[in-house]
Amino acid sequence: MAGVGGGNDLQWCFAQVKGAIDEDVAEADIISTVEFNYSGDLLATGDKGGRVVIFQREQESKNHPHSRGEYNVYSTFQSHEPEFDYLKSLEIEEKINKIRWLPQQNAAHSLLSTNDKTIKLWKISERDKKAEGYNLKEEDGRLRDPFRITSLRVPVLQPMDLMVEASPRRIFANAHTYHINSISVNSDHETYLSADDLRINLWHLEITDRSFNIVDIKPANMEELTEVITAAECHPNQCNVFVYSSSKGTIRLCDMRAAALCDRHTKFFEEPEDPSSRSFFSEIISSISDVKFSHSGRYMMTRDYLSVKVWDLNMENRPVETYQVHEYLRSKLCSLYENDCIFDKFECCWNGTDSAIMTGSYNNFFRMFDRNTRRDITLEASRESSKPRGILKPRKVCTGGKRKKDEISVDSLDFNKKILHTAWHPKENVIAVAATNNLYIFQDKIN
Amino acid sequence: MFPKGTKRKFSDGEEIPDENPADIKVMSSYNLQRQSLLDMSLIKLQLCHMLVEPNLCRSVLIANTVRQIQEEMTQDGSWTIMAEALNSNQSPSDRLVATEILCRPSPKDQDEEKPFSDISYEGCDSVSCHSEEVVDDSLCEPSSEAPTYLPSSIGTWDKEDQKENSEEESEEDSKPEEQVFGTFEIKNPTATPDPALDELFSDVDTSYYDLDTMLTGMQSSPKMGPYDLLDSLSSHSPSSISSNSGCRPDLNELDHIMEIIVGS
Repeated sequence: MAGVGGGNDLQWCFAQVKGAIDEDVAEADIISTVEFNYSGDLLATGDKGGRVVIFQREQESKNHPHSRGEYNVYSTFQSHEPEFDYLKSLEIEEKINKIRWLPQQNAAHSLLSTNDKTIKLWKISERDKKAEGYNLKEEDGRLRDPFRITSLRVPVLQPMDLMVEASPRRIFANAHTYHINSISVNSDHETYLSADDLRINLWHLEITDRSFNIVDIKPANMEELTEVITAAECHPNQCNVFVYSSSKGTIRLCDMRAAALCDRHTKFFEEPEDPSSRSFFSEIISSISDVKFSHSGRYMMTRDYLSVKVWDLNMENRPVETYQVHEYLRSKLCSLYENDCIFDKFECCWNGTDSAIMTGSYNNFFRMFDRNTRRDITLEASRESSKPRGILKPRKVCTGGKRKKDEISVDSLDFNKKILHTAWHPKENVIAVAATNNLYIFQDKIN
Repeated sequence: MFPKGTKRKFSDGEEIPDENPADIKVMSSYNLQRQSLLDMSLIKLQLCHMLVEPNLCRSVLIANTVRQIQEEMTQDGSWTIMAEALNSNQSPSDRLVATEILCRPSPKDQDEEKPFSDISYEGCDSVSCHSEEVVDDSLCEPSSEAPTYLPSSIGTWDKEDQKENSEEESEEDSKPEEQVFGTFEIKNPTATPDPALDELFSDVDTSYYDLDTMLTGMQSSPKMGPYDLLDSLSSHSPSSISSNSGCRPDLNELDHIMEIIVGS
């Protein structure tokens, strides 16, 4: 897979956009998670209204062997409904926080979807045949009197229009007091972890009435609470290893073989703070919003408010690479604190070969960094720059002084248009970018 | 934004006659910014509870920021000055208590730091005593400096509380924080049909705290106690330090705040 960046390298083109064009965005339509499955043929999105929409890629047509198939809606279902916690008189949002695909084991596809409190395992299966020819019922559907059935007729399978059905196979509930922020399927394909603000639980995919608590950072006295868990992930290869990040900018790697309760970490990753840049916002912007292992399992990436950092699992005292996402916001932290944008949780993702990373920003911008060439690019997900197969033009934010043509000044950025969720196809240069209620699909230019 | 490397002095104006006027200006601008950040943070903590459970991460980060500011203000002495100013404006109504108090821990915990309350998050947990504790921690170190500023702990909220006097101080800033976590479990009394709680507080006259009677014309009452709203208004009006509007703030102001909360 090629790298990323301008110049002679890869160029990104618009492929598709899904979602309403209206300026008025319905809250329920806001996309809250995006995830490709293991093959990349399926792309799942979850929204604030608790719905899951799965897109499937069309088979590449014989007429255009080099053009990639389009993603079309494959299945839509209501995963979670709003609930009411009577004990606390609080609503439980139906917003889908995360979707994670399970490895495919048969013809059906399975995924885990979660809201703040409950995780569900959904099985999505196809039906394209139906059995016809039963002679047990009359024409109008009434059951025939058994005495009147005198001949044996074997039903025959007839083709029918493809029907895709989603059914909830497991519901993992009542295990989280706080809001679930992460789920991660283990490499053993039997267990998965779920993390909320203060605890991490380990589940078996088959067992819903029991889970093991493996991390608990709740202090005995809640008044002493100063740090929460922000994200967690299982190691891609080692089924005994997982990591979790905190609101203080630290990452802990835990080995489940060491103890039943992994409160004591095996490794502790923290970059020492730069004393010259300390401010009242230092802690808030150091809070890690996402952590992702590389596909190789050798590195992990963390996203804090202003940067993305790549860590070598063998080096705990500092990251091996740091990429500035939107450093121009550093002087605006006070305003961003006032309008709460400073608490936005951006996600990040690797490409299939771990050679590039991507994350979102404001004004519907998203950024890609090539780890090899050290080049970076800023692109925009907008209807205006979305002509079929149109090449995306790199964007630039002007930080001060004279604004060049085509640049946008920091003060003109739209902080309501934030790209929090992005996903990269596991094998190809195809990316999915969620811009509020629209899902953009971009791909590299095929020459 | 925040000037770095500024030498911090005890910011009592009369006592630094030899200080460079430019430095003083920078200092007071820094103090102003810091104060406004503190106010903003306290408001955020108050308004962060709605119909849905508030975001714990955000609350923790804001609370940590508040604590950081308070610690710094304590170190350079400006906290004492402010608290003194606030103290003189106390009125009994400012210590309105939360009704959803399940039980109280003993007052022995008072001099510990109490940055956080676990009220809303303990709902699903074992039926333990939940303290409606306040974010306001020791404004200064518990032992020495200003003994009058013991953190208003849950003891403050206790109706039959033993230490009414000692809780008078440190109200203005602690109060909003108290309200933050005090309101996590505060619901419109009429809306919560919990027989056990009703029994517990059967002697509480809630008519005064009935938001509906006070704010006519509101379409929906938020899930926070009326006294909290009133207090927040009285403490966070623009001239918060000197205002002593008591417990009946301007209805227009209330309207405005309600609009923000309800999001109409």
